[in-house]
Amino acid sequence: MTTQRNDAPGGFHPASAPDFLPRAQLERLQLDRLQATVRRAHERVAHFRKRMEERGVRPEDVRSLPDLARLPFTVKTDLRDTYPFGLFASPMEEIVRLHASSGTTGKPIVVAYTEADLEVWTSVMVRTFAACGLHQGDVVQNAYGYGLFTGGLGAHYGAEALGATVIPISGGNTERQLMVLQDFGVTAICCTPSYFVHLVERANEAKIGFGRLKVGVFGAEPWSESMRAHIQAESGIKAYDIYGLSEIIGPGVGIECHRQEGLHLFEDHFYPEIVDPKTGEVLPAGAEGELVLTTLSKQAMPMIRYRTRDITSIDPEPCACGRTLRRIRRIGRRSDDMFIIRGVNVFPSQVETALLRVEGTLPHYQIVLTREKGLDEMEVQVEVTAEFFSDQIRGLESLQARLESAIEHTLGIRVKVHLVEPRTLARSEGKAKRVVDKRSI
Amino acid sequence: MKVRQLSLFLENRPGQLRVPCKVLGDAGIDILTMSLADTQQFGILRLVVKDWERAKKVLEQAGSVVNITEVLAVDVPDRPGGLATVLEAFEKAGISVEYMYAFTARERGKYATLMVRLEDPDAAAKALGAAGVKLVSSEELFARAGA
Repeated sequence: MTTQRNDAPGGFHPASAPDFLPRAQLERLQLDRLQATVRRAHERVAHFRKRMEERGVRPEDVRSLPDLARLPFTVKTDLRDTYPFGLFASPMEEIVRLHASSGTTGKPIVVAYTEADLEVWTSVMVRTFAACGLHQGDVVQNAYGYGLFTGGLGAHYGAEALGATVIPISGGNTERQLMVLQDFGVTAICCTPSYFVHLVERANEAKIGFGRLKVGVFGAEPWSESMRAHIQAESGIKAYDIYGLSEIIGPGVGIECHRQEGLHLFEDHFYPEIVDPKTGEVLPAGAEGELVLTTLSKQAMPMIRYRTRDITSIDPEPCACGRTLRRIRRIGRRSDDMFIIRGVNVFPSQVETALLRVEGTLPHYQIVLTREKGLDEMEVQVEVTAEFFSDQIRGLESLQARLESAIEHTLGIRVKVHLVEPRTLARSEGKAKRVVDKRSI
Repeated sequence: MKVRQLSLFLENRPGQLRVPCKVLGDAGIDILTMSLADTQQFGILRLVVKDWERAKKVLEQAGSVVNITEVLAVDVPDRPGGLATVLEAFEKAGISVEYMYAFTARERGKYATLMVRLEDPDAAAKALGAAGVKLVSSEELFARAGA
């Protein structure tokens, strides 16, 4: 059987071969790797062994892929509780790299890689860039932060192994980013989507274009389809959604292909399940729920049934690009990004869509939740931009009213829009902080 | 006949007005006249300066949102009922005033000068000129202010 490899533009990269494995072959590979991973975790990590014993399951009980559901979940607090090295399955002599999450509260989460783990990571990043149509000859501006954050180095080694030219500019310093983008003939950029919106904004202010830039690989925070449309229209590039998390490997867990119809998961290394976020029960194919990931080849830090808090669904249908890897729907929200106000579940992406609808441009915004006399109030702070600033009070008041009504229309609850001066809201050199919850309960 | 006016968005909280004024001061740009419109939440600072292009640039570099609007400078006879006479000309020409404020320099006993924001400044300038209302050019305005 010949597999259709329709990877336009740029052709097929040999590293992408596993993307096109026949399903049966892929599933056999997954089961072999899963069984080895569970054995390794059980044998070498006290935490996993204890959890499995509590549930009365043994590694031998995993005889098929669905048997995975018998194993206990791993949650973020497990990583905090075992800080720093409690979940490592390799001795330090075999560990060649450590990364850590930028913990805003308390201790960070530490993750480890053996040499083989780094090779896997690099290979999935090569496949990631190849899926975005990049190849040797491309010039990649890597504006993910370098350092303990996995984004920078993950993208760096992947792009290098692809054969592209990598500019390790890291995050921040917008002026320099724009200068390099122009002067170095950059064809692809990696950063958070909100930071790219910021770059677009500044480029427009400075009245400069995007040179040879054609591809953006955006991730590390949830973003919406309307934000993608905005980015693509404003900059003329193709904006790809990349998915990953440090606990699993870093960037390179999933990526969109040129079809932009969901993110292919690199299922030969990461096994996905969708569960009900409340009950933890595995949901049937196609249902929406929380993504749970199990690593299939990680040595230093195998992860069994990790609760990502990301809400999505798995599309079991084959993709027109020819990849057999299943796709998850783009993650517009996280179960912990969601907030409840007056009984209504709200996701920041909904507010974003409403803001975009009013002015056709995405201003910087922040949602502030307060509680006054027992009643929750939601305020959306929106930065005034040159495009919609008016010299007349009534012009601004009408803008405010239109924004309020668009958000109310989307959410079904009353909100207050507060116009603020440009660049007063926390800027997203890294991840944008969209929600500030000041309610004390 | 038109004068370029800068408008700035300000949040309504202490210290917000000082920042742009300091930015202009540091750049050696003299504010010839100004007006501040405010609501509970925000304000709009409108300024007339001679070198408006440079003012816009330094303000934007300092992070302000700046909007350029064309306004008319209208001489009003400095006597009781002087403004009413001028406004009558506006009314007859069917021109409605969006907002207005006074220019600081004036020739006492002769004219007071108002900065007037209108929907369509070109059409208004034509109609008002025909009605005998005295409009002041930016050059003359800046000369009066000694700028």
